[in-house]
This record gives sequence, C-alpha cells and structure tokens, in this order.
Amino acid sequence: MKKMSIRERLSGNEATAIAMKQINPDVVAAFPITPSTEIPQYFSTFVSNGEVDTEFVAVESEHSAMSATIGAEAAGARAMTATSANGLSLMWEMIYIASSLRLPIVMALVNRAVSGPLNIHNDHSDAMGVRDAGWIMLFSENNQEAYDNMLMAHKIAENKNVLLPLMVCQDGFITSHSIENIQLETDEEVKKFIGEYHPEHYLLNDKEPIAVGPLDLQSFLFEHKAGQAEAMRNAKQVIKEVAEEFEKWTGRKYGFFEEYMLDDAEIAIVCMNSTAGTTKAVVNQLREKGVKAGLLKIRMFRPFPVDEVAEALSHLKAVAILDKADSLNGAGGALFEDVTSAMYVNKKQVPMVNYVYGIGGRDTTEAQIESVYNDLQKIAETGNIENPYRYLGLRKERN
Amino acid sequence: MAYDLKKVVVEKPSRFTEGHRMCAGCGAPVVARMIMRALKPEDHAVIANATGCMEVSSFIYPYTAWTDSYIHTAFECAGATCSGAEAAYKSLKKQGKLPQDKTTKFIAFGGDGGTYDIGLQSLSGAMERGHDMVYVCYDNGAYMNTGIQRSSATPHFADTTTSPAGKVIPGKMQVRKDLTEIMVSHHIPYVAQTLAMTNFKDLYEKSEKAIYTEGPAFLNVLAPCPRGWGYPTEDLMQINKLAADTCYWPLYEVVNGVYKITYKPAKKLPIEEFLRPQKRFKHMFKEGNEWMIKEFQEEVDKRWEDLLKLEQITNQE
Repeated sequence: MKKMSIRERLSGNEATAIAMKQINPDVVAAFPITPSTEIPQYFSTFVSNGEVDTEFVAVESEHSAMSATIGAEAAGARAMTATSANGLSLMWEMIYIASSLRLPIVMALVNRAVSGPLNIHNDHSDAMGVRDAGWIMLFSENNQEAYDNMLMAHKIAENKNVLLPLMVCQDGFITSHSIENIQLETDEEVKKFIGEYHPEHYLLNDKEPIAVGPLDLQSFLFEHKAGQAEAMRNAKQVIKEVAEEFEKWTGRKYGFFEEYMLDDAEIAIVCMNSTAGTTKAVVNQLREKGVKAGLLKIRMFRPFPVDEVAEALSHLKAVAILDKADSLNGAGGALFEDVTSAMYVNKKQVPMVNYVYGIGGRDTTEAQIESVYNDLQKIAETGNIENPYRYLGLRKERN
Repeated sequence: MAYDLKKVVVEKPSRFTEGHRMCAGCGAPVVARMIMRALKPEDHAVIANATGCMEVSSFIYPYTAWTDSYIHTAFECAGATCSGAEAAYKSLKKQGKLPQDKTTKFIAFGGDGGTYDIGLQSLSGAMERGHDMVYVCYDNGAYMNTGIQRSSATPHFADTTTSPAGKVIPGKMQVRKDLTEIMVSHHIPYVAQTLAMTNFKDLYEKSEKAIYTEGPAFLNVLAPCPRGWGYPTEDLMQINKLAADTCYWPLYEVVNGVYKITYKPAKKLPIEEFLRPQKRFKHMFKEGNEWMIKEFQEEVDKRWEDLLKLEQITNQE
C-alpha cells in the first residue's frame, strides 16, 4: 500500500518544477512569462546545482521555446517546456507542428488570459486557443493534481499507440502561486514509474537517418491528419490505464473527470481547474440544506470524453457549464459546445445553460456559484431556459 | 585543409542527392551539396531547414534528397529547431545515451527570407547561446519561394513583385541589410561570406571551417536565382564570378573577430558588369537612370572600403 510519500507545502509552480526535476528530462527550453515564470526559474536552479541531467536552453522567445523543444524531442530527447497566455499564442504555429510530427513533448501550461488588452491573471483563453491543435490536455484543480498529472504525462504521451504532445493545465496565480499541502513521491519511485524513453525513430540515430517535417501535399496530408485523430482516440484508453497504475502506486485516483456528489444529484455544474474547489464547497453547503447539487469536473479535456460525459449527466434535471473563456461567437463557450454536442450525439436531453465567468482573473465567489445552482433549480422546476448564454460575475454597468 | 576539387567530388559522395526539384540554374543546391561534402565521411549530420525553396523542393513526402537526418518545422525557426537538436545531442551524449565514438554535426539552412527577416530573432538567439552548429544562409536576395517578393537582402533598386520598378518608384528603394556584419557582432568564433566560384575552393574551405569550429558559426552564401534575377540558367557560375569581381559580394571570413578577405579581385570590375545581365536591374540602364547605377556603385565601394579597413584594423599587432 502507500509508502514513502513525502508531505510538503508547495505552490503549483513549485510542484510542477519538482515533478520536472523528478522526471529529469534531457532538454528543457523555456522563456519566462507570468504566471509560469517560476517553473523555468526553479528548474534552472536544479540545472545549475547539478540536480538534473538536463540541458536548459534559455531561448529568446516562446516561438523558439517550442521550436527548440520540437528539435530536441525529434532528436531523441525527452523535452519539456512551460508557458502561459501570450507565450502560448506565440507558440501557436509550432504547437500544431509538434503534434503533427507525433512528438510526445510535455508542457506545463499555467492558464492566463490572452491579450488583449493585457492582463496577467487567470482564465482559460490560452488553453481554448489550442483546443483543436492535437495536444492531449489535462486540467488540474489544485497543486496535487498539477503534480500528479505531470507525473502521468510521459507515460501517456510516449505510449506507442499515442505519440502525441501533452499539456498539463493549472490556474495561474490561483493554483500556481498558492501554497498548499501536497504529497510528493520519491525520486526513485517517480523514475521507476515513468521509465526510460526509447524512441523508435530519432534524428540522432546515425544508423537510421530520418527526415522529419516534409512538404505534405494532397496525396498524404489527409491520411496523416486522420492518423493524429486516431492517436487522440487511442489516448483515452491509455490515460485510463496510466491512471489505474498511478492509483495502485500512490493511492490517488484519477478518471477522465471527477464526479462530486453527482450520482444522486438533480442539478450540476460542469467546470475545470480551481473553480471545482469552490464549487465543491458550495455543493457541501447546499447538500446540508437538502439541495441535490453535484459537480462534474473535467480533467481530460482533450481527448474529450464524449460518451462518458453524456452518460454521467444524463440523469440530471438541469446542468450549468462554466466556461472560463468566452468564444465570442454568440454560441457559448468551448466547454459548453463540447458538452452539449456530447449530449446531442448520445441522444440525452437535459436542459443546459452556459456561464462565461472569471475572465481576466475576476474572482469567482461561493455566492456566485450558489447563484448558479439557484438558477438551475428554477430551470429544473420549470424547464424554461430563457437565455442559455449567460455571464457570471459580470458588472451590469460597463467601464 | 588541402583542397583538391576532383578528390573531394570523387572520394566524398554527395549527401544532398539527385531527385530534388530545385530549378535549373539555381545556386542553392550547388551550395548545399558542397557544404555537405565538407563533412567528414564518418560523421553524421542533423540538418535543420527553414521553410523555403530548398525545403519544399528537397523533401516532398515521401521522398527526401537528404542522406543525413533532416528536420523542417517552420519558416522562422531553423535556428531554434537546430539548437534544440544540438542541446539534445549534448545532453544524451553527456548521459552516455549515445555512442561516445560517433560525432554528429548540426547545420541549419535558410534562405534570406528565413534568415535576414522572419528568422533573424531565432538565428540571433541560437548564435548567442553558443550552440555548436553552423547556420547557412543561402541568399538569393528575395522571397523566391512565394514568387520573388523583396526581402531586406534584396539589393537597392531591384525589381521584385513587392518592390516593382514602376513609373514613380523605380524598384526597391532601400539598400541591402548587411547580415554578415550583424553576425560578426554576435562575437561568435566563425563568420564567413562566400559563394560558389571557379572550383568551389572558397566555399568548401569555409564550410569545413564552419562545421569543425567548436561553437556557433555562420555562413552567408550568395545563391543566385534565375527566376528572380532574370539570367539564363547556364550563366549561374558567371553571375557568381561577377558578384565577387565587382565586390558586390566580397568573400571574407572573420575568425574570432579577425577579418580576412579571401578574394581580392586583381581588377575590381564596375558594378554594371554584375547588374547588366540581370533583368531585375534592367530599368537602371534606361536613359536618365544613370544616377541609380552611380548610387549603387558608391554603396558597393563604401562597403568594400570599410571591409578593407576592418581587415587592416583587426590584423594589427
């Protein structure tokens, strides 16, 4: 059973940096950007003190961070990076190239609002900008999950049936800079769990030179893209298996999503990352009052667990999907689209509303979450949704 | 570094092979092949290529013209991509995860668009960080791959599709950026400017030095483009020779800050000799446009004089 775990108090960024130290990647290439800056900072200290074997490449931009990470991973190394917001925007071109080359790069994404105007605080607009880029995307409610997801990342990404890049998301400042209790695993155990990386084909193999990144025209690109999609579908099973193995090792259980008081719930919220923590507190309070409130917290956003989400929500009377990024398309946020699409395809008819919330780091309070459950109770009673596209925490008067 | 063209060609098989789809009369494949020949036969190489003519013509899925390992990612990041591969090599070698008795060299290729312009930052970063790699710019003086648009390497007055010689504006109104000097200012161990001339001696020897100098090295190689420049394909080598003989493209190297001009024409030809055979400069020869040739000549002379001075200054005891 459980053994050797280390109790610590760490911020999300520290926890991520320590996970990276334990993973001991061959190359890390990164560029500072708030709020993920601390990750390369802590990591370069590990490098300077000889605690890792990593070559740290202090690149001159995030575009180069992802380019160098791609170059390193293609060369045969385990390569990692970390970024946020505009850093990810600048990487955007290379994000697509990384997944098309089927490179199991692992990145820490500390979520922050994408400009403009400039804002350094948390929302999910950065992650939503790459949701169709062919990366596996895992979201983390707290520091422990940010750490655990990072420990599971390479076993998922490097699986022969997957070979896709993976990003571990956590909320900027809320998680990245808050110090919480955390259980760390020992370096030896982490090393044993992750295993050594032995790529099948790589640039540095002089016995089998390879060419990577062709001009890929009408005759083949379609098939190559379909291959990426297949790998993404395969990832689901692998994510499940790795989580099971992880649970056996650490005792900490992870699914595609977490169901909190959902079994017997009549109304529920669907959300990602730290808001789930606030929501759980509200669910507890409502349950004491006899309200059958529940929560579904998405962990695996890409691939999206279409059938499982539909099944888990099918018994509810009303559901609110919280999007911490506005798609600005008049048709709801990205998570709302994914969940409602999953329901439709699975022929599940449950009233659903969308709330765009927390933009630019706007605080999301328990009172606000409670107001959503109040709205859901009304919808559950009447079946009426006057406006499915709503805001939470938006001031009435505009500045 | 004794050099015998026949020996080099016979004894070192081409590592950039036939079957690529570059145009007849293009300077780039000639340059690439010769640079690749400067590798020791026993050494492996990783080539990073920026998007551009060379990339889209040499690696069209599922065919490649490269016998070494090769990676293309995007237009502006050959420097960064190559630096990542080199960092991987350093890390894996240090950890004993690669054979200790084998050497891999790292060479990036980019056109002037991918190097002077969109890729300048990535190149500068890679050179400043000191990666053990060579960045080769094959400079054909415009964005040829997308159809001859001006770049910051395009010479003054040249007619391109985004600096067309019109009734009011006679071609590109700005002088050429001097990238070689920018790279010298990075204070890296080896910077050279060269082209494929006569028996390729200058190009070959500089390539060998660049590849086997430890640390970052930069080669700026003139690579004429028959479509963009407007010369008959068979005149490639003649155009190269004229670029050197008019001192439009001086051949020199800077080793740890010390300049050495490797070719000083016995008789420096007037710039018209280089300009006249090229359609992109045709409008400069119309009556009333003599001022353009004069200005062009003055710029060439000034840069040549500056170079002579730099050679003199940096070689003083």
